[in-house]
Amino acid sequence: MQANAQKILNNPKFQELIAKRSAFAWTLSVIMLVIYFGFILLVAFGKEFLGTPIGSGVTTWGVPIGVFTIVSAFILTGIYVRRANGEFDELNRQILEESK
Amino acid sequence: MRSMFTRLGAAAAAAGALLPTVALAAAVEGAVQKQTTNYEAIIMFAIFVIATLGITYWAARRTKSAKDFYAAGGGITGFQNGLAIAGDYMSAASFLGIAGLVYSSGFDGLIYSVGWLVGWPLILFLIAERLRNLGKYTFADVASYRFQQTPIRTLAACGSLATVTFYLIAQMVGAGKLIQLLFGMDYLWAVVIVGVLMIAYVTFGGMLATTWVQIIKAVLLLSGASFMAIMILAKFGFSPEALFKRATEVHANGITIMQPGALVTDPISAISLGMALMFGTAGLPHILMRFFTVADAKEARKSVFYATGFIGYFYILTFTIGFGAIVLILAPDASGAYPFLDAAKVAAAGGKVTPAMIIGGTNMAAIHTAHAVGGNLFYGFISAVAFATILAVVAGLTLAGASAVSHDLYASVFAKGRVSERDEIRVSKITTVVIGIISIFLGVAFENQNVAFMVGLAFAIAASANFPILLMSMFWKRMTTRGAVMGGWIGLISAVVMLVLGPTVWKSVLGNPAAIIPYDNPGLFSITLAFLGIWFFSITDNSQTAKEEQRAFDAQYIRSQTGLGAEGASAH
Repeated sequence: MQANAQKILNNPKFQELIAKRSAFAWTLSVIMLVIYFGFILLVAFGKEFLGTPIGSGVTTWGVPIGVFTIVSAFILTGIYVRRANGEFDELNRQILEESK
Repeated sequence: MRSMFTRLGAAAAAAGALLPTVALAAAVEGAVQKQTTNYEAIIMFAIFVIATLGITYWAARRTKSAKDFYAAGGGITGFQNGLAIAGDYMSAASFLGIAGLVYSSGFDGLIYSVGWLVGWPLILFLIAERLRNLGKYTFADVASYRFQQTPIRTLAACGSLATVTFYLIAQMVGAGKLIQLLFGMDYLWAVVIVGVLMIAYVTFGGMLATTWVQIIKAVLLLSGASFMAIMILAKFGFSPEALFKRATEVHANGITIMQPGALVTDPISAISLGMALMFGTAGLPHILMRFFTVADAKEARKSVFYATGFIGYFYILTFTIGFGAIVLILAPDASGAYPFLDAAKVAAAGGKVTPAMIIGGTNMAAIHTAHAVGGNLFYGFISAVAFATILAVVAGLTLAGASAVSHDLYASVFAKGRVSERDEIRVSKITTVVIGIISIFLGVAFENQNVAFMVGLAFAIAASANFPILLMSMFWKRMTTRGAVMGGWIGLISAVVMLVLGPTVWKSVLGNPAAIIPYDNPGLFSITLAFLGIWFFSITDNSQTAKEEQRAFDAQYIRSQTGLGAEGASAH
């Protein structure tokens, strides 16, 4: 275990995996936070905008924006899982293989 | 325009003050009237019970090792686990509470739903795979990975038990009230049935039975809610605009139901609530346990993806159902009557109806809507699903509480790891029975109390004690046992104290004239205090053990990132 651990730490692929995966995870986290807190700040300070009807109907801008926030959470998780379960897991597999 | 918004503000402020507690509440508040016996619902619930007991029997035969009992042998797939996680999250509170919120205040219900959902992507990006790679049965396995077992596990177990207890009380009281209302059954009987069934699921079937009960309930709830939303939209030619238009015509607040009200009054409350929901979710022991039921990090990621999809879809359905409730409940039927409103109140108001006149309170909006779109049989079905929902959630909570006692306190703290699997499982089963009996008593004791704040308390403790130590143990090399223990206790105590001194408990429950702390949700402050505590007491810790703990980070880091040495699935 100890020898394996050192091998992994020294493997440039491990550094690459960590760098890529954390940059990706943090980027997506920030996007999610910006969308969510953007929505909350609109609720707190942009009530008039959210309450404005779209066109001549009664549906206000708040409805599609709220639904967009929900859908964006799902899409962002999908984007992460796709890359993590594909590209990153392949890299991870190579690292574990090379540590043996 | 300005005066309209002022009026809206005033109208919504009254409702807005109650919103956080309403949506967090179990199901039904205050004394409720026992209804006539609902045979359709009882028969359908009986079918659910027989089916789930059959699953429990099947699961019991496959549950032999500790890994089977705590983690369903690690053999649940990502899709199944996604449904189970969604099931844990789609409680009766979110179904009945949010539909009721939309029914009474319209758009505001959507704001609330969004807050419940956005924690999930963050759990996926930052926590899920590390948790799966490091853990075994409980989140304390992860939090204590490189630290002294006794203090951290004691803290994690206290955090878990506190979270589970407050959550359980709210669910038990909610169950009793709801069943009284829906089934026409006695409160005491309802609470006893829930307690006995959850003991049966957990003691005999462990995590495998608990997971499948949760999956079945999630499928039933999603199908039922989908059917309702489709039936409602079909009445309006599948045009949401037509549905909203009709709703603004029949709702007493008119067009203002399409606009944000007073749910979010100041940014501090909004951010505080958002933090408690987001981080609380990532600190709920019964949710975190689910990550250990899948085979590897890959499946753990998939679970969150599916769970986020199901939960998001469910909230969109709930929003539609809430608007359906407005048009079906607040508009007169062909004979000019309002079958779901209290006739005496409608007469007293001279025929001018408001959402508050609904029979059984606003949380009944979804149930009445089921009646209106699907008749008696579907009404029975939705009532049975609501009961099943509570049952599944309490089973998950009980298992999490029992694991904290048997795996963390008994096996690790008390016996220092020198204990056989058999003994550990035995302690877990005994604890399950004890927790079951205690929750029946608590359910009875709190029958006529306002317990809505207890779910808020559970989330606040999860966010302020469990989450910070879990996150920092995985992300921050320099954390030490002392830092984790001090920070964790500071978070736990400050969350409880601030909640007690805040408006919900100090003013509404204890009846004092004014709250000492003006914020309903302590999240922003207690979470910050916990992180500061961890930071301060770690960097000032110069002990020898602290140095060793920091050195051990590299090995932990490699395992958390690559899954090297992680728990696999047991061979079945």
